[in-house]
Amino acid sequence: MVNSRQFLTGSEVFVRAAIDSGAGFMFGYPITPASEILSGWINSGKKYLQTEDEIAAGFALCGAVLGGEKAFTATSGPGNILMQDGLSMAEGMRLPFVMVAAQRGGPSSGTVIYSQQEVILSCFGGNGEGMRFVYSPSNLSELYKFTRKAFNDAWHYRFPAIILTDGYLLKTKGVIDFAKIGEIKNISPRALVPKDSVVHWPNIYTFEEELYQEIKLAKDDFEKVAEDIADCESYQTDKADILLVAHGIVGAAAKEAVDELRKKGINAGLFRPITLRPLARKKLDKIAGQESVKKIVVVESSLGQLARIIRDQIAPEICAEFAYMQYPGLGIETEAIVDFVAGLRVVSGEI
Amino acid sequence: MNDNNQNSPSKFCAGCGHPIVLLALGKTLEEMGLSKQAVLGLDIGCSLLAINFLPINTFHTHHGRVSPTMVGFKKARQDSICLGYTGDGGAYAIGLQSLLHSAKRDEPITVLVVNNTVYAMTGGQTAPTTLIGQKTITDPEGCKSAPILGPELIRQVANTKAFLARVAVNDIKQAREFIKKAIETQQAGHFSLVEFLSFCPTNWRTKGRETLEYLENLKKVFKIGEI
Repeated sequence: MVNSRQFLTGSEVFVRAAIDSGAGFMFGYPITPASEILSGWINSGKKYLQTEDEIAAGFALCGAVLGGEKAFTATSGPGNILMQDGLSMAEGMRLPFVMVAAQRGGPSSGTVIYSQQEVILSCFGGNGEGMRFVYSPSNLSELYKFTRKAFNDAWHYRFPAIILTDGYLLKTKGVIDFAKIGEIKNISPRALVPKDSVVHWPNIYTFEEELYQEIKLAKDDFEKVAEDIADCESYQTDKADILLVAHGIVGAAAKEAVDELRKKGINAGLFRPITLRPLARKKLDKIAGQESVKKIVVVESSLGQLARIIRDQIAPEICAEFAYMQYPGLGIETEAIVDFVAGLRVVSGEI
Repeated sequence: MNDNNQNSPSKFCAGCGHPIVLLALGKTLEEMGLSKQAVLGLDIGCSLLAINFLPINTFHTHHGRVSPTMVGFKKARQDSICLGYTGDGGAYAIGLQSLLHSAKRDEPITVLVVNNTVYAMTGGQTAPTTLIGQKTITDPEGCKSAPILGPELIRQVANTKAFLARVAVNDIKQAREFIKKAIETQQAGHFSLVEFLSFCPTNWRTKGRETLEYLENLKKVFKIGEI
């Protein structure tokens, strides 16, 4: 019997999750820090196509899922920009387009390891309305779990799904215990272009009303689905004074910071969105709307991309003050968060 | 997902060459008994108007992206006949990179390029196939550079077994013959492309006989036959 505990990198974890999800094909173009996913997939003997660029990878992926193949791509930064072309078609036609976005620093070619600067691009890129699922795992075990979920949700609800991670988590090597994750059942793919009947399937329309109907249908479905799939971690939030909001690996640091702050007598809690699209807004409102919450501190490795989403979605009557800890493209460690929050309290005379 | 009425009238301009190519395709597929396996991906441009023209599975892609989409479809469904339908701009300008690499890798898909030497849907701008001296909206003084000869260019990177050819829409017999060969090449596991020299009286601003003469003139630059 294979040991359920394994020592793997993030890329290896993702490849294992894609295989376990029943994915049969990968389309990809090499780009740091997502290249190890392509090579890992190839080394595992699975079918793949190295395309001429990310645009081709995105559209070949659209073609494959139209044909009924559970397939995916992996990219980063400048590649994520090009991928928005195919993602836009996937959004328009409600295709189960699954992609890993391994964030790298930007703008431009930027850096290649640590960043949370592809949040807005991944959530809202393209000439559409952001009707896609975006998962932000904070550790290797979540990377596995939410990759499995992304494939299932994409094929079940027929929306594109993005696993938003970064070079840091993909290169992190750690122990992952598959027994703890438990069994996850796969949703079977189906031929979206049928074999036994004829469809004429447009993504461009003659009349505004035709397009409006399609968007309205997608919006209603997306909102309905949000009830099922919007996910978050709420940690020590009950009657918290300071509410930290952070996602992904910054969220993992923020969770440790909550413990450290509490040791210092600061009543901190954490709201960590696991899905950035759709956001668990009801849960957020419930937590942030508590009378005890005096400050909402959004911590992120970007100049406010998460903050934009939170401010946009939070109930307007919630009146806690916002504070922002923003280090675009830089790693954010627990100690820095603790110092930042303690500093806020000093400035406002609470300590 | 819309399933448009197959009986709705054609949306192509009067005198357009597209319906000729599509009818040739439909008839050839029928004759070969392949209508059920056929999947027609449409580029954006005038090609998009073919959405409900033939009683075969048809879908839109994006401008310049029909080849990679059909490459992906073929990977998923190897028993399908994958047809990418595009104009000369989609094929040889914005989509050229993907087209060349599909040919280089010898992807078993068939690309059908309708070449009318202009961007017709957007109002007659210069295309990669516009002739030297041809006046367009974006080249009011006349185009200064030579047109791209698609099949000849692709021949440089394609497998020797790839079928590459050019035909004009006023020779329907040869058009059907080339479509058949292209599909047979796909069935044999190789890349194929047929370019159709086609009418665009709307943007050429020609009438009747002039349109035909314009097309005949194109044949002097764009060589007809297998390439």
